[in-house]
Amino acid sequence: MSKGRFGIHGGQYIPETLMNAVIELEEAYNHYKDDPEFNRELTELLNEYAGRPSRLYYAAHMTEDLGGAKVYLKREDLNHTGAHKINNVLGQVLLAKKMGKTRVIAETGAGQHGVATATAAALMGMECEVFMGEEDTKRQALNVYRMRLLGAKVHAVTSGTATLKDAVSETMREWTNRIADTHYVLGSVMGPHPFPTIVRDFQAVISKEIKEQMLEKEGKLPDAVLACVGGGSNAIGTFYHFIEDADVRLIGCEAAGRGINTAETAATIATGKLGIFHGMKSYFCQDEYGQIAPVYSISAGLDYPGIGPEHAHLYDIGRAEYVPVTDEEAVEAFEYLSRIEGIIPAIESAHAVAYARKIVPQMRKDQCVVITISGRGDKDCAAIARYRGEDLHE
Amino acid sequence: MNKRITEAFAHGKAFIPFITCGDPSLEVTEQLVYALEEAGADLIELGIPFSDPTAEGPVIQAANVRALSGGVTTDKIFDMVKKIRKKTAIPMVFMTYANVVFSYGTERFVKKAAELGMDGLILPDVPFEEKEEFDSVCRAYGLDLISLIAPTSHERIARIAKEAEGFVYCVSSLGVTGMRSAITTDIGAMVKLVKAEKDIPCAVGFGISTPEQAKKMADQSDGAIVGSAIVKLCGQYGKDCVPYVAAYVKEMKDALR
Repeated sequence: MSKGRFGIHGGQYIPETLMNAVIELEEAYNHYKDDPEFNRELTELLNEYAGRPSRLYYAAHMTEDLGGAKVYLKREDLNHTGAHKINNVLGQVLLAKKMGKTRVIAETGAGQHGVATATAAALMGMECEVFMGEEDTKRQALNVYRMRLLGAKVHAVTSGTATLKDAVSETMREWTNRIADTHYVLGSVMGPHPFPTIVRDFQAVISKEIKEQMLEKEGKLPDAVLACVGGGSNAIGTFYHFIEDADVRLIGCEAAGRGINTAETAATIATGKLGIFHGMKSYFCQDEYGQIAPVYSISAGLDYPGIGPEHAHLYDIGRAEYVPVTDEEAVEAFEYLSRIEGIIPAIESAHAVAYARKIVPQMRKDQCVVITISGRGDKDCAAIARYRGEDLHE
Repeated sequence: MNKRITEAFAHGKAFIPFITCGDPSLEVTEQLVYALEEAGADLIELGIPFSDPTAEGPVIQAANVRALSGGVTTDKIFDMVKKIRKKTAIPMVFMTYANVVFSYGTERFVKKAAELGMDGLILPDVPFEEKEEFDSVCRAYGLDLISLIAPTSHERIARIAKEAEGFVYCVSSLGVTGMRSAITTDIGAMVKLVKAEKDIPCAVGFGISTPEQAKKMADQSDGAIVGSAIVKLCGQYGKDCVPYVAAYVKEMKDALR
């Protein structure tokens, strides 16, 4: 079996042209991950620039309203650039710089990862190009402008469904075209080894902090942690340090779109099957001949037909649960959290809030749940207004 | 080694055209195979379309979209091969992506392809490190899993060549498939590294579109592979593409003689 496996999942299913690039990346990462100087620089960036540690906020109103377990929110939305994506990007761009790369490329769905990459590139003086599905450039026009403002070049991808999966494909193609000076800053725990491991390690800071903060506030571990899952980077970050704690439920909330019984869904665990795509073996939404399905979700960041290989493995062994949440439920949760706590979550994160609203009332008052608010919702306001029939344009 | 593939390289420099099955229809694809053989092709690559072909440039991506929107499936392609094999023994290999084979059931796919008389399989997203899961099945059924080497392969070439079957597909340039005005890689050096390890034919692909380029590449190897330039003609002329493709392939093959 090849490297980078999580059970049967993972691996390195990529063109020969890229093999030495991922080997070089793996060697560099293995060298720097335990290097005190690299870690000192990264910690300084995370703390002084990105604003870590992020708050673990006790949502008193939501707790009271739901009448069950205590609800805590892990506020990744308060990070610089407004999402958890910056954790991974600062790590990868710093690594790329150490490797002598001068240019970074990235895919983006909602634009959060693209903005984070453009930000880190501006900070560290790197050239930056971002590939974004044309459909998403329309849904997330503000983020396109932010990337340009930060000095990045944004390419609208028109192939396929013109969404996140096509942006990933196009960024991979661009990487095979120019490798020597370029690092591909993959935005989620997906793709060929070593990306799922690197991205997970850089996002694991989320669960490391939750653990410390919960022990400080409650003197015990949470009973459940919830996060939304597309590729699954904020979810693996939220789960990672709790995997060893068997009593902590790990709940990933997938985008069901218009429902898992419709074709307009992106819920991979609920509707997908085992396959090989974008460099990895994992679960994918696909037809009987292995053609990748044109998935759909109101959330551009979860609109992806696959899931990271470590999540696929956690599902296989029964360690984590994955549940589908529809557009309608997510939009209601988006509005709910805004009104009840004064926090506008990203529509992606609202999927996790929606599922928490279902399970928290069934839990005891001495139990606690943590919901990771992976990003802030400013970017989604115009789209949600339109979903509700208001003609609002940015 | 598959006998027919060995045979393909036994008569001078080989010309290897690629076509996407079902672009514009499987009936035309079948006619193209006969016309390609007639025009001098030594081995034919039949592309099974995939929704997200990450190693392809815009020309072949578009052909994949055309074929899939026309309703082509792996089973329909197998039916077409069955018909073709009644009429010709020309060496043929499938070119597709890992998921097309894996989702069909790797063993079920390979067994069927071998029974129908296919000679090999090219999977551009299965590198040396991942090949065993496919290669073990291919070996069992006598299908050659073709290995690729790239300009970035360097020290990997010896390892890849050692276990290669059929022929070695030398990727001429960085990037994806598609026509290029110039190929700057030292193909001769890549081929030499292969031959030092194993006596196996090497064919060069990616970026070749003119007779001059084909000759130059074949001079340094055992043959030239051309995809996008042919697929472009299929896109341009649709159901009437057969004579245009045949004329082009004849010109290309003549340059190698």
